[in-house]
Amino acid sequence: MKLKLLAAVAATMMAVSPAMAELVIPALNYRTGPYAPSGIPYADGFSDYMTLVNENGGIDGEMVKVLECETGYNTEKGVECYEQTKGQGALIYIPQSTGITYQLIPKASADEIPIWSVAYGRTSAVNGKVFKWVFNLPATYWDAASIMVKYAMEQEGGSLEGKKIALVYHNSAYGKEPIRTLEKLSEKHGFELSLLPVDHPGQEQKSQWLQIRRERPDYVFMWGWGVMNSVAVQEASNIRFPMDHFIGVWWSGSEGDVVPVGAGADGYKSITWHGAGTDFPALQEIKTKVIDAGKNAGDGSKWGEVGYNRGVYAAAVVAEALRHAKTMGDVTPSSMRDAMETLGMTDERWTELGFPGFTAAFQVTCARHSSPRLGAIQQWNATDKTWTMVSDFMEPDFEVVDPLIEEDSMAYAAENNITPRECN
Amino acid sequence: MPEQLLFAMEVTLNGLMAGVLYALVALGFVLIFKASGIFNYAQGVMALFAALTLVGIMEGQVPFGHLINAIFGTEIHHFGWHVPGLIAIVITMMIMVALAWAVNQFVMRHLVNQEPIILFMATIGLAYFLEGFGDLMWGSDIKNLDVGLPQGLNSWIDETTFNALGYGFFIDNLDIVASVVAALLVVALVVFAQYTKQGRAMRAVADDHQAALSVGISLNFIWVMVWSVAGFVALVAGIMWGSKSGVQFSLSLIALKALPVLMLGGFTSIPGAIVGGLIVGVGEKLFEFAIGPMIGGATENWFAYVLALVFLVFRPQGLFGDKIIERV
Repeated sequence: MKLKLLAAVAATMMAVSPAMAELVIPALNYRTGPYAPSGIPYADGFSDYMTLVNENGGIDGEMVKVLECETGYNTEKGVECYEQTKGQGALIYIPQSTGITYQLIPKASADEIPIWSVAYGRTSAVNGKVFKWVFNLPATYWDAASIMVKYAMEQEGGSLEGKKIALVYHNSAYGKEPIRTLEKLSEKHGFELSLLPVDHPGQEQKSQWLQIRRERPDYVFMWGWGVMNSVAVQEASNIRFPMDHFIGVWWSGSEGDVVPVGAGADGYKSITWHGAGTDFPALQEIKTKVIDAGKNAGDGSKWGEVGYNRGVYAAAVVAEALRHAKTMGDVTPSSMRDAMETLGMTDERWTELGFPGFTAAFQVTCARHSSPRLGAIQQWNATDKTWTMVSDFMEPDFEVVDPLIEEDSMAYAAENNITPRECN
Repeated sequence: MPEQLLFAMEVTLNGLMAGVLYALVALGFVLIFKASGIFNYAQGVMALFAALTLVGIMEGQVPFGHLINAIFGTEIHHFGWHVPGLIAIVITMMIMVALAWAVNQFVMRHLVNQEPIILFMATIGLAYFLEGFGDLMWGSDIKNLDVGLPQGLNSWIDETTFNALGYGFFIDNLDIVASVVAALLVVALVVFAQYTKQGRAMRAVADDHQAALSVGISLNFIWVMVWSVAGFVALVAGIMWGSKSGVQFSLSLIALKALPVLMLGGFTSIPGAIVGGLIVGVGEKLFEFAIGPMIGGATENWFAYVLALVFLVFRPQGLFGDKIIERV
């Protein structure tokens, strides 16, 4: 009899539990494999911030459940993770890989679940009229290329006429992303662009750096990933290339890319869209309420690293979108999409959340699924092992970038029989 | 002298140096294949594991720290000491010997007389296991490996070539060290295989393990010894590549660079690995320099394999490999 009673109680609890709503956010993390050093800090930052949100009472009383699924940065596994978790109340997907993003764009659009590729993925997804379910704030690779050129131009006193810029890039779809934008910009500003592809994984780059040594470009830009980054920084240091003229995209600008090089990496720069370090109230709150309390996702050693802060940024935006979605009623993937599409963060709101000066204010719209599309340059100090912002947030050359986005997104719409929405 | 010729000379020299680094990885494959007919897929991961262990010991990292902390709720990560490089290398080598023993005890001895493909599959399993084990033991952070090897532009070569030719050649100090180490390693391995009792026993096992058994050679001992020597070669390769790029999990992918070297040099020849490495290194660098810009660059990975394929057509056993004749 007691057994039956227990079974009945258990069954009742199981039946009741789905009603105890949780806001489910899948996290397609990669804590294993060759890219784990990049994946772990992000995963820790994202989870720790969500734990902080829950410690502070959740989203208007509802707890956030981070559903971790290990992809190993493998596209097939990423798609498996999506299929595995989408039926568990998933509200939004952050694929954490351009390859996975490309696979999920048609799937998630059909399933009507929003995707947010955080400054990676398909650049033309900025056009919300075509990509209703896809968001790629805060900035795109084409924005990054344009901002890097703008920064170089500022350093050169306003003109790049006759200068040489070399692009060292991962020989993949990701690495090739900035080429078209840079070609357009080289026509506009009169600089010479040379392209130096590096095959995966990028452990051997002697040919490329010997060429750089021979051609002596004024600037080297890098679109690298994984081991390619640290090897490139090492090779640049070996040939005594001036490190303050070597600028990486945001995926080539974390601690793991420079620490292995030691003192040789001093002065290396990269573009970013958020602050590094721990000097922000929200980061301090994570320390006291999550890490010191032993509720952290990792071992706490990544706290304040670039990748960690990037995870915190993503989690803060998702949490704000959840709050926004709650004002519309029950949170569903559809209302989450609506919330993302109308999401705005002012400087005051960032400060209120404990991120003063951490990143720029933004406003997403129906037509523009990426905002604010700004980037700043950070520089590595090998002695202190810190990144410091050395520029203000800058906007890209919209005159060059936006027509490219329009062209690419409309081509996608034509290929996939999508009628662009009418909205602003 | 024409500028392009000078550049080509610089590229050739750097290709030779890169070839030595490839050969270092290929040597480990050759040793195990020569002694036991096993193509050891795990050789690249062994280099990674050796480098991870070396850095872990040098930095006084607590092995399995994450696991211990997760189970017992502790917060221990470091012992609080730093071990000098040389001592750490010796301790790492002891661990690689223990690993060799474990591989033989738990995997290889159970697969005696199995088809080569089964043994190959076993080494694939070993590679996955070792990668996960290394992650669990030392964590997956990128680590800085500094055993005091010089790195960066060799100023003497730069200045000398500049004074003589009007253009300073770039040669990396680390590549020079790697070349010297590889040369010493090859001499030591050849002497070991040709002139020592254990070396001769190893060759006897390679020729016919049943005949070797019948004259009292212990298969177990020879296999543990061979895997230990391969572990040592992996450690050397791990130090060189780890110093170059930091110790990170993609280090295991250096095995991809060794395959064309093996096809060229032959799977059973120690000097073949070196010569194969040099041909691949120079070939890919010169091709990238001369042809790469015309076809969009990034030719190095595939060119090495194309070169190896061409060799396969004319000399399937590689330059120095044993010709296998099977009569029906």
